[in-house]
Amino acid sequence: MVTTDRATAGSGLGRLFSLRGATGPLVGLVLLCIFLSFATDSFLSVRNLLNILDQITVLGIMAVGMTFVILIGGIDLAVGSVLALAMMVMGYLSNDMGLPLQLAIVVALIVAAGTGAVSGLLVTAFGVPAFIATLAMMSVARGLANMITDGQQIVGFPGWFNLMAIIRYGGFLTLTVGLMLVVFALGWAFLRYTSAGRSLYAIGGNAEVARLAGINVKLATIGVYVVSGLLAGLAGVVLAARLDSVQPSSGFTYELDTIAAVVIGGTSLSGGTGGIPGTIIGVLIIGVLRNGLNLLGVSPFTQQVVIGLVIALAVAAEALKKK
Amino acid sequence: MTSTDKPPVLTLRGIRKSYGPTEVLHGIDLDVRAGEVVALLGENGAGKSTLSHIIAGTIWPSAGTMTWQGAPYAPATPRQAIDLGVGMIHQELRLLEHLSIAENVFVGRTPTRGGIVDRREMEERAHKQLQRLGLDVSPTRLVRGLSTANQQLVEIAKALALNARLLILDEPTAALGGQETELLFRQIERLKADGVAIVYISHRLEEIKRIADRVVVMRDGDKVKEFDSADVAVRTIVEAMVGRSLERMFPPIPTPSGEVVLSVRGLSGANGAFRDVGFEVRKGEIFGIAGLIGAGRTELVRAITGADPIAAGEVFLHGRDVTPRSPRQSIRNGIVLVPEDRKLQGLVLHHSIAENIGYANRRAVSRNGFVTDGAVVRFADEQIRRFGVKGRAQQRADEMSGGNQQKVVLAKWLARDPKVVVLDEPTRGIDVGARSAIYEVIVALAVSGVAVIVVSSDLEEVLGVSNRVLVMAAGRQTGILDRAEANDVTVMELATR
Repeated sequence: MVTTDRATAGSGLGRLFSLRGATGPLVGLVLLCIFLSFATDSFLSVRNLLNILDQITVLGIMAVGMTFVILIGGIDLAVGSVLALAMMVMGYLSNDMGLPLQLAIVVALIVAAGTGAVSGLLVTAFGVPAFIATLAMMSVARGLANMITDGQQIVGFPGWFNLMAIIRYGGFLTLTVGLMLVVFALGWAFLRYTSAGRSLYAIGGNAEVARLAGINVKLATIGVYVVSGLLAGLAGVVLAARLDSVQPSSGFTYELDTIAAVVIGGTSLSGGTGGIPGTIIGVLIIGVLRNGLNLLGVSPFTQQVVIGLVIALAVAAEALKKK
Repeated sequence: MTSTDKPPVLTLRGIRKSYGPTEVLHGIDLDVRAGEVVALLGENGAGKSTLSHIIAGTIWPSAGTMTWQGAPYAPATPRQAIDLGVGMIHQELRLLEHLSIAENVFVGRTPTRGGIVDRREMEERAHKQLQRLGLDVSPTRLVRGLSTANQQLVEIAKALALNARLLILDEPTAALGGQETELLFRQIERLKADGVAIVYISHRLEEIKRIADRVVVMRDGDKVKEFDSADVAVRTIVEAMVGRSLERMFPPIPTPSGEVVLSVRGLSGANGAFRDVGFEVRKGEIFGIAGLIGAGRTELVRAITGADPIAAGEVFLHGRDVTPRSPRQSIRNGIVLVPEDRKLQGLVLHHSIAENIGYANRRAVSRNGFVTDGAVVRFADEQIRRFGVKGRAQQRADEMSGGNQQKVVLAKWLARDPKVVVLDEPTRGIDVGARSAIYEVIVALAVSGVAVIVVSSDLEEVLGVSNRVLVMAAGRQTGILDRAEANDVTVMELATR
């Protein structure tokens, strides 16, 4: 036990940023950064570190929703496809239907949240396992995304849209990175400081105990999938801003990267343990690793192998530590 | 007893076990002879579980020696212990429900011929073991749907198929009814006659007297007493277990005088487990519900508290219709359930006590919807002190003894000041000393004006704490007895009607 003294239990900094089992990954991240600082000239520069932040925005935003889902013992395989669907809805409404882009974004986010609501209802009302419900949604959303333009991409958005991902306010923060940080902060505060957020831990720990304790498990479950869908849609908007284009094949296998980031960050697939600080570390590990391997000139194929090994190692190390 | 003349098959000398700086076993000596039943008794936390796990090879001792059938014995894994003939039947059965009995008996060691599973051989051998235990079911039958007693026997068959010469039975009757217990005892007698040595762990002292040849009592990691016959007064054994002489097990029960708080009318469960039940509970009353296994008691109280759906009937609280649709709704109305199975329904075992208490008291630990760890821990600390839970708020629930876990489940509800508290099997798996503490909480609740419903399979317990007793049989309500007229005879008459 880190803290046993009641007087300090609520106020200690250690508890405030409690990593809920993610200290191992944090050590790994630090070691990785130290190694890359020495192995490359360019890793440890403000410019490169800002690049990494830009590169992880999409993954980071989706990983917050996925953390909620995995915390309650679920899984959301649809996020990659929902990201693409949201992008296409936004692009179609603004460029083909002539809606203002702001309004198109809002509709896209509503559609994305709606896919989550459908997944959540399938899980709670029909008893479909989360794996299957979201697998089905993954296929449906990808198909819909393709149907909108018959597989074509859409390019050419108003100038301010792309600039959200380019202009660095105060010399370092783009709007998209800022958005990710806000999502991190809200997700963290929600899990840590609201009773609804804490109920997610109870549901993941033992859904029957949670139900008998008076927690509305079904509503919470639907809510979690809605948030996951919504954040996947938001990540789609961010990706569109970064690319200044939308295409229906975007986000392919992003669900796997997202799950990997959450699991590396110490959130247990069986539910009930984990949190946003760990997920942020998981996202950073994947981001730093990709960036570092690029700087080292490692081929994309080898990168896949390395990332696979890191996922296996991170989870194995946690499992060993528990023994 | 002549058995004491034979040389022991298993001897333990100076067995110690430490976790970090804490020593939980302080040098235990134990002899077990072939064909005898040694009862291992003690309160939860006395060390009997640790000791039996050491014998079964799941835990390694820190010091001490063991010999088994004359040779030094130090199993590194349960598998090694089993190979040497030492088997343990755990309290929670570990059968694979979707496989057949035969497959369960030979799991991991399926007999093969030429590399292919020899089903016939497997089924024949399983059949032989089942017969040896007098269990008349087909070995090809799936384990799912077997009664708990029969599942227990399958576990024993599994151990016997591996030529076990020593069986450790950990609370084998905890989930068994009277007849099932009888059946198990007859099989234990048979095993004894076969020369199998048995270490028997139980909280039910009456059955120890029936089945055991010798009694070993442990307390706080020491062997405190050994009786060479089980013909010892229960009180003597209990006093050895708790280390003090017992006053009365049950506190004095107050007489209720208040108005009717809860009234249940014509209630029937959606799953058909009970029909047309009606009763009233008054302010400050302790209302017992008795009946045999399968009478529908648990289903009834789960329906009253919203945990299970209702087919017909109403529940009124102070004259207001509160027929529940969800546990959430019942809890809001002040009707709470302390469920039968703490580990599956009462607690998130790998979360802390503070979190567990917080889950049921989200209003109390939050301000404007915001919660802090500090608030959760402070609130839990308060409840822990109030209910005398031994432990700290940050401790994980599964690190505590059964009695303390139950107090946490109680504490999490009582902190809400409920109007009706329903306790389903409140002392199951809890040792004698801790039970009286639970009874005291129950009585204190009644005194404070709460209407209390207690469901129990332990007849003495229902009679001991209740003002009135509702008796059920096969889903029907067969009578309500006043404290004065309720005794084991009158209740059993109604329960078997």
